[in-house]
Amino acid sequence: MVDLIAISPLEGLLPLSIGTVTLSEDDPGVMTGIAAYKGKEKALSTALKKAHGMAAPGPNRALGKAGARAIWFGHGMILLQGPKADKALMRHAALTDQSDGWAVVRLSGAEARDVLARLTPIDLRESVFKRGHTARTELAHMMASITRTGAQSWQIMVFQSFAKTLVHDLRRAMERVAARKV
Amino acid sequence: MRIEGAGLINRDKPIGFSFDGRPYQGFEGDTLASALLAHDIRLVGRSFKYHRPRGIMTAGSEEPNGLVTVGLEAGQEPNVRATTAELYEGLLARSQNRWPSLNWDLLSLNDLAAPFLGAGFYYKTFMWPRAFWERVYEPVIRRAAGLGALSGKPDNDRNERGFAHCDLLIIGAGPTGLMAAWMAAKSGADVIICEEDTRTGGRLNAETFEVGGKPGHQWARAITARLSAMDNVRVMTRTSVTGAYDQGTYGALERLAPDVAKRKGAPDEAFWRIVAKRSILAAGALERPIAFQNNDRPGIMMAGAVRAYINRWRVSPGRSVAVFGNNDGAHQTVADLQAAGVHVSALIDARHHASCDLEVPFFPGAMVCNAHGRKGLEAITIRQASGSEKIQADCLAISGGWNPTLHLSCHMGGRPEWNPDVQAFLPVEGMVPGMRAAGACRGKFSTRACLEDGAQTARNVLEDLGIRPARVVIPKAGDNAFDISPLWAVPGRGRAWVDFQNDVTVKDIKQAATENFRSVEHMKRYTTQGMAPDQGKNSNVVALAVLAEATGQGIPETGTTTFRPPFVPVPIATMGAGGSGKGFAPQRYMTSHKASVARGAPMIEVGLWYRPSYFPLKGETTWRQSCDREVNMVRQAVGVADVSTLGKIDIQGKDAGAFLDFVYTNNFSTLKTGRVRYGLMLREDGHVMDDGTTARLGDRHYLLTTTTAAAGDVMRHLEFAHQCLQPQMDVRMISVTEQWAQFAVAGPKARDLLNDLLNEPVGDESWPFMSCGEVAIGGVQARLFRISFSGEQGYELAVPARFGNSLFRVLLDRAEAMGGGPYGMEALNILRIEKGFITHAEIDGRVTAFDLGMGRMVSAKKDCIGKAASMRPGLMDEARGQLIGLKPVGAVKELTAGAHLFAEGDEAVRVNSQGYISSAGFSPTLGHFMGMGFLQRGRARHGEVVRMVDHLRELQALCEVIDPVLFDPEGGRVRG
Repeated sequence: MVDLIAISPLEGLLPLSIGTVTLSEDDPGVMTGIAAYKGKEKALSTALKKAHGMAAPGPNRALGKAGARAIWFGHGMILLQGPKADKALMRHAALTDQSDGWAVVRLSGAEARDVLARLTPIDLRESVFKRGHTARTELAHMMASITRTGAQSWQIMVFQSFAKTLVHDLRRAMERVAARKV
Repeated sequence: MRIEGAGLINRDKPIGFSFDGRPYQGFEGDTLASALLAHDIRLVGRSFKYHRPRGIMTAGSEEPNGLVTVGLEAGQEPNVRATTAELYEGLLARSQNRWPSLNWDLLSLNDLAAPFLGAGFYYKTFMWPRAFWERVYEPVIRRAAGLGALSGKPDNDRNERGFAHCDLLIIGAGPTGLMAAWMAAKSGADVIICEEDTRTGGRLNAETFEVGGKPGHQWARAITARLSAMDNVRVMTRTSVTGAYDQGTYGALERLAPDVAKRKGAPDEAFWRIVAKRSILAAGALERPIAFQNNDRPGIMMAGAVRAYINRWRVSPGRSVAVFGNNDGAHQTVADLQAAGVHVSALIDARHHASCDLEVPFFPGAMVCNAHGRKGLEAITIRQASGSEKIQADCLAISGGWNPTLHLSCHMGGRPEWNPDVQAFLPVEGMVPGMRAAGACRGKFSTRACLEDGAQTARNVLEDLGIRPARVVIPKAGDNAFDISPLWAVPGRGRAWVDFQNDVTVKDIKQAATENFRSVEHMKRYTTQGMAPDQGKNSNVVALAVLAEATGQGIPETGTTTFRPPFVPVPIATMGAGGSGKGFAPQRYMTSHKASVARGAPMIEVGLWYRPSYFPLKGETTWRQSCDREVNMVRQAVGVADVSTLGKIDIQGKDAGAFLDFVYTNNFSTLKTGRVRYGLMLREDGHVMDDGTTARLGDRHYLLTTTTAAAGDVMRHLEFAHQCLQPQMDVRMISVTEQWAQFAVAGPKARDLLNDLLNEPVGDESWPFMSCGEVAIGGVQARLFRISFSGEQGYELAVPARFGNSLFRVLLDRAEAMGGGPYGMEALNILRIEKGFITHAEIDGRVTAFDLGMGRMVSAKKDCIGKAASMRPGLMDEARGQLIGLKPVGAVKELTAGAHLFAEGDEAVRVNSQGYISSAGFSPTLGHFMGMGFLQRGRARHGEVVRMVDHLRELQALCEVIDPVLFDPEGGRVRG
């Protein structure tokens, strides 16, 4: 009998605290890609609400909270984080396990936004990108999912193979930002 | 000479620095230029072409002469303008373009040869012999003419990049910009205000003007403090906006304050991309010189710069100063100098109608026509109706009027308009969408007018944005009318400089006109006027005015040359911050990475991925030894390879099968659940795009694999095919490349190894070749595919990525116990060449299914992407290169990829090439080199001998054309 050991892609890389900003590994639980079949968007939203407590988020929005969160994940795609996706959803959508595909980190602190502004081109101002807003965008040449989870906290996801580069680039930006602070 | 008075320097904080190896002292708040002038250093550089002695001319980023090299080694930065270089303790500055020293420069001989070195000299002189240009002329000219040099060392990577967003970007924080910012900020807009100086205030820091009843610089400081305290305002000093780009995007270069930059981890510079809904260009204006004979002597400066040195830095550039101008600025300069206790030897006002109430020798209607003193001004000659007169002066302050700093407004192709009232070009509304010019930048030359215009422009912008403008009070300030008589060049003999940085004179421009380079753009290229780092900031308008006179056209008809980004030089290292070394591209690591590295495997890059090329054992000294052993190991026992990098796309939906039939040449809707099929994908143009296996996991569920290199391209291609070509199909897809770690287990003992591991053993019957399904390893659900890229009994085992590292180690342990082990990319490549399997070395984008001998895979029963185009006669021509195998039959036994194939008797030249080798390597299984390649009519030529010639490696070999499948052509081993 073989007992395989699970290792996170961020193993040994985090946590990291520089200046006012902290970078830590986030364990969002099970992650499932949910893509509504043709014409099933509304039915899926209802089923999602019933099974997991949140409707299907529209473009650039995330619903729910830590423990059970649904994140818009690109054209026609939702990522459910937290619970194992209810089987009832399979009637309306293609479900795909994504739990192992991503390195998920949490960037938080007073200057977390300044750190992100060094790596991603999107507008992260409070008035534009509020809590519950999300984007699929570029982060230091990596395709990422960035979600604002609080006034000063962000969830960042990139493919798990990029974990080391993600931490390297975030660390560099954190150092740059911290050094400016008097 | 430093003079009494407070200024804006901190005399309590002396700062030590060095220039050309000598130590000096300045004060906090000084620039390198003000500190040098305080020590009466007038000679700071040599000119570009003639190596003429040059001194500080301005007090801003437009400085053409005072270019120095700062720092040493990798941190060395050339062409730093002394006028914007902030002084810091330990600053090392060196003059440029001189040898052996600034004071005694050998190439100043060029100046004596000036009659031969005028405009167009290079074009006329260095025409012949042609080959000499690159080898002789250019190196010599490059050494003689020029600016500072880079260190040649790798960049020290002390830069950063960033992005910023706002409702309103204000460029320039003089009275106009500050007033606009105040109005917009009070109204609630998100404002970024950029100022290239170390402090806000603009001209208010250089003048004695009052604003709101207090000194202008105090007003600026107070309003800036209030702005900085607001959440919706970001004040960025030391930040030059360098370019205006599409959709409200602006580039900006920030130099960090020296005390911040020296901290650990801090950058020296940052390049910002600012996206703004609207912008206000409040960049002020640049004073322009007047051309006359020897007007480039050190000590001749802009009048506004002289006022700045006097008022802000409490430095007098001379002990006896003469002032020459065609507007009231000259009078203000005299007043400021006298108030500071500096002797003024003459005020020469080119306006005949001018009057003066200052106590100074006054020469209305006169002009300065020559300057004397080589390394520093000693005297000037003035000409008036009554005759000429020589006047002693070690500094001459000049004002020829002001050119609005409208450069950014021209960055998207717009052209400014000439305004005769202020004798300057002014920006036109809409030159850059979303940008409005305000204040001096659009010809408002009084402080009060600037304040009003700043507020009004901001009000207009706010209304545009749907934001209700707040009420703000505009402070009291001076509102003098601007009175100017145009004067560009004083007529006379000798060389009169127009472009100081590129050594272009009035004569050069006239010469250009004479030789029929009459368009302003042609004149620019012929004379090089406006081309240097300062981009003609000082010289542009004077140059075109001289050209206009020479051609008899007016100034508006002549027009300006094109101002292009960047407004000030931007180091490439800063634009590319973070991109050196491994920052160039992200790195993708497989879950087995650490284990492979621990075994000493050299990693090679495949796209962004890192994969092991081979796993050396003790005693193996070359890669070939390891590779041969690994190949034999797979053929005789069992090998393990991480194949996680192959793209995996999960495809679901009731039309999934139909969709795959559409994107692949062959059928997948007919594939049974639990089975795998090889597929070929074409581009729209009929050439092969990618290949791979697709497994049917369920009735409506497929898993498609791609090659490593094309994973992203195929995903994009499928999305396009679905969204644009077959939107009616109910199919959904998502990448699962990263979800699964997948390992090839191949060799006669592959099944034995697996059965040692899996909860339920797999049999040959229950898991035949090309089958797939779910298996379990302890508590972990896995996927098993019986597929082979080696021709051996082969499986690929996939587990969720978190278990990848663990599974790889377990597989290796078991394999090694059975006489097997890991194999890398080199062995993988040899194994597949032995079997004639293709990779992107073969399907390089120019190859069709027909060329590969896979024409029959393009199903006749259905349509698919690329089918129609692949049927074009040209793509079905028998004369095309067809896939073949090769083995050496002559004395030379080595084959190399990239070599071309020729008929045995043909000369090995391009036109005779009949094909090429796409992959080659040594087969330990067969005991000889082997190759795959493409040969004209190749399939019909098996058995023929051709000559391989590798021109790069200078290698030739005779080889026999054979079938590409060299090993186990019946395929018995994969089924065993």
